[in-house]
Amino acid sequence: MIAIIDYGMGNLRSVQKGFEHVGHEAVVTREPAVMERASHVVLPGVGAFGDCMANVTRFGLVEPIHRAIQSGKPFLGICVGFQLLFTESEEFGCHKGLGIFPGTVKAIPLSDDVASSYKIPHMGWNTIHIEKPAPPLQNIDSESYVYFVHSYYVEPADQELPSTHTEYGVSFASSIWKDNIFATQFHPEKSQTVGLQVLKNFGEWQ
Amino acid sequence: MLTKRIIPCLDVKDGRVVKGVSFVDLRDAGDPVHVAQIYDREGADELCFLDITASHEQRDTMLDVVVRTAEQVFMPLTVGGGIRTLEDIRRLLEAGADKVSINTAAVQEPEFVKAAANRFGSQCIVVAIDAKRAAGGEDDVHGWQVFTHGGRNTTGLDAVRWAQRMMDCGAGEILLTSMDQDGTQDGYDLPLTAAISDAVTIPVIASGGAGTLHHLYEAFAQGKADAVLAASIFHFQTYSIGQAKSFLAEQGIPMRPGTVPVSTA
Repeated sequence: MIAIIDYGMGNLRSVQKGFEHVGHEAVVTREPAVMERASHVVLPGVGAFGDCMANVTRFGLVEPIHRAIQSGKPFLGICVGFQLLFTESEEFGCHKGLGIFPGTVKAIPLSDDVASSYKIPHMGWNTIHIEKPAPPLQNIDSESYVYFVHSYYVEPADQELPSTHTEYGVSFASSIWKDNIFATQFHPEKSQTVGLQVLKNFGEWQ
Repeated sequence: MLTKRIIPCLDVKDGRVVKGVSFVDLRDAGDPVHVAQIYDREGADELCFLDITASHEQRDTMLDVVVRTAEQVFMPLTVGGGIRTLEDIRRLLEAGADKVSINTAAVQEPEFVKAAANRFGSQCIVVAIDAKRAAGGEDDVHGWQVFTHGGRNTTGLDAVRWAQRMMDCGAGEILLTSMDQDGTQDGYDLPLTAAISDAVTIPVIASGGAGTLHHLYEAFAQGKADAVLAASIFHFQTYSIGQAKSFLAEQGIPMRPGTVPVSTA
């Protein structure tokens, strides 16, 4: 059973329905005991980094998230849930993250020419260039299209961490993979067949 | 490369699709969920539901539509129409909408947009602007004014400045409808779209007037839109999403490939 962590930020129904659509049982929970029993854990998230981290803390989820990661069970971070894994974010002042990986969350630089195509947020379908084929990316072609909506990107200190890169003004890590942790800046639950394949693969990941 | 988006929009009243969708191969052309599934299969980039239900009491039917759609369709969904409170937004997002589109409530209370963006994040707050060529408003600068109530009520607000103000309030996207062009199938208002797209750093969705695939092309090439919204040309199967995408890609507009229609009858 997959536990989707509910800390009061964002649309968790889509993530849950996405897993169910590809045959994986998934529950939305903020109970540490349920996260402990789960075979897989998902940290989603939309909105501002600081608000997300504040809610994770308020609901007493910092320790349970660390425990889930240390237990070695497959762990998926999505969007702000991906960003939270890093040291800190520059969004609306400096905010500390969970610090699983060293790295900073930075604003996508705005191009000087406002008439150019670089609008912020980076919103829509963009390609992922696969550098390191993480298990959840099985059967997914490099340069597949996935759905993004974000204004900040992750700059990991460890250059080996990114699993895919995407270009938008900067070349940024659109997903990372290390051991049991896979995390995406894009939204698999909104990325139609490609995204559902990621969710399917993640649920099958041991 | 980030691609330009094609967004079919459905008008939904009391939970049913209005403004005639004529998919012959559809089991129930009045069910928004079934129509959404067709567009999903054809490779639409997002979906938009506009709730035109008259009475507030009936609005729970829209929540049910959103819930059922989110169970079947795994692509971004924007819902607009009659959104007035933070609670309205919370319920739609919880039901499975990814973004909400705010129109009249933004004009009546700009601070509402700020509160919504602070609470839910800019990424899910779309501000819909209904603009019409009209000179002489109190802060008219560019020649288009903001209207509400389907173009009946003027606000005196300059549409370009209004778009900038909404961006400053935290809107994540502008859904721009030309009331002059809407329903004409004569093409988008390109100068309006370009003026607003140039004036803001957030994405702009062009709406109102699409009748041919060339109109979609113009909205991107001359209107500098990031996305196009269209209803009739897709609903009546004049063109499929896949055909639109192939055409636009041939013209050099970055497009995520669509799929061929599931069945053509």
